[in-house]
Parts: sequence; C-alpha cells; structure tokens
Amino acid sequence: MNHWYFILGAYGVTVLLMLVEVVALRTRRHAAVAAAQASLESPRKS
Amino acid sequence: MALNWTRFASPASFYPLAGTMIPWFGWGAAVLTAIGLWLGFAVAPTDFQQGEVYRIIFIHVPSAWMSMFLYVVMAFWGALLLGFNTRLSGMMAQAIAPTGALMTFVALWTGALWGRPTWGTYWAWDARMTSELILLFLYFGIIALRQAIGEPRRADRACAVLSLVGVVNIPIIYYSVKWWNTLHQGASVKATGASMETTMLAGMLVMSFAFWFYAIAVVLVRVRAIMLERERGAAWVAGLPEVNR
Repeated sequence: MNHWYFILGAYGVTVLLMLVEVVALRTRRHAAVAAAQASLESPRKS
Repeated sequence: MALNWTRFASPASFYPLAGTMIPWFGWGAAVLTAIGLWLGFAVAPTDFQQGEVYRIIFIHVPSAWMSMFLYVVMAFWGALLLGFNTRLSGMMAQAIAPTGALMTFVALWTGALWGRPTWGTYWAWDARMTSELILLFLYFGIIALRQAIGEPRRADRACAVLSLVGVVNIPIIYYSVKWWNTLHQGASVKATGASMETTMLAGMLVMSFAFWFYAIAVVLVRVRAIMLERERGAAWVAGLPEVNR
C-alpha cells in the first residue's frame, strides 16, 4: 500500500480544518463588527 | 517604569493589543510552516523502518502537544476567572476551546493514519489514545456547556469549573505511555535528549512553533470577535474605528 495516501490524508484534513477555522473566524468577526455597528445606530433611529 | 499587566485584563486595553499581535503570529505561523515542511519533506531522510509515512510526525506531534498545552492554558484562564472574576479570563477560555478541540482532533486523525501502516490498525483502546479521546470529549463538553447556558458570565464560571476538573487528564495523557503498557510509543523528545535524527527533530520543533503561532493568532482573532459580541453596547466598542464608520 502506498504510504503517501496516508500522508496526504493527514496533511489534507489538517489544512482543510485550519482553513475552515480561519474562514469561520472571518465570518464571525464580520458579523460581530456588523452587530456592534447596528447597536451603535439603533438608539439614533429610535 | 514598571509595566502594569493588570491593565490588559480589561477588554478595552486587550482588544487593540491583540489586533497588533495577530499579523505577527499569523505571518510567523506561515513562515515557520514553510520552513518546517521544507525540513520535513526535503531535508529529513526517509526512516529506515517506517519509510515515508513517519513524515506525519511533523503535524501529529505538534498538534498533540498543542491539544494538551491549550487545555492547560484554558484551565489557567478559568482559574484566573474564578479567582479574580476578570472579564477577559472568561473570554480567553471561550476563545481557546474550539482551537483546542481542533488540535485534539488533528492529533487523533493523524495518529490513526500513522497507526494503520505502522501498527496495522487505525485505533486501539490503549491508554494514550483513549485519554486523548477523553480530552476531545472534554473540549466538546466545555463548548456544549457554554452553548447551554445563556448568560455569558454564568457560562464562564461553569466552563472554568469543568476545565479545572478536566485538567487532571493532562498528566494522564502525558505519562500514560510510562504508567501503562501501551501500543503507542514512548516520548521521543525528553529533557535529556531526543531519540531521532537531528533534521527530523528540527522539522518537528519548527512545526511545533508554527502550530503554536497559528493557535495564538486564531485565538486572538476569536477573542476579539467575542469581545465585540459581548460588549457591543460599551462605550469603548463604539469608539473603535472599525465600528464607528
């Protein structure tokens, strides 16, 4: 059995999970900034 | 002039400091990963027993170390929270848990893929692997407990208690290969020296620093998001340039 499949499986999944974490964090950060901006604007509208 | 460290216990002070540190640790992780992979795949020789598959070591060992280290740091922040009731402590502990869970999963996954060609099995219920799996469940438990409690400060305290109880698992993981007869090999890197070729060790250590830098960078990004989520009504958040556009 070619051991490079195991190496690719190990490195591939690790990189994929880290990418998912980074993208999820970027999305969460943008949502948090938008929510903070919204809470800043809401008292002015009322 | 003495540096007043307690000043950074305030989210208002820590938020900009974290923002300054993130690019350094993020780019540091990228550079160290490039060097570590070059050492691991281009410089380190093929292992005379395991062949090429041993190269999983360059992510397996760093992720396993980080899984334990991050848990201890999370428990440390939990202890600070219970002792001093600082807001930052709970936020830091919350920010560490998902990355700790990721590192634990990576350690288990890469270990399984290393185990199959070398031991003939993906999994065995030996002490090292089982205690590492328990660590993953502890991380999941802490994340789930936080989700179950609506009020963040109460969730912080409950998670701090659980993380402090679970910290007993860390020495069990570390010493499991000494205390029990395990399929998992003993430590290759000790205070007295390392039982591996120098370039293999160099690649593994550089990748460990890369994982460390990555973990710090993503935890800091997450804690900044948590600060905005929890304190979005605070005056200091309203004064931030990214919010007050």
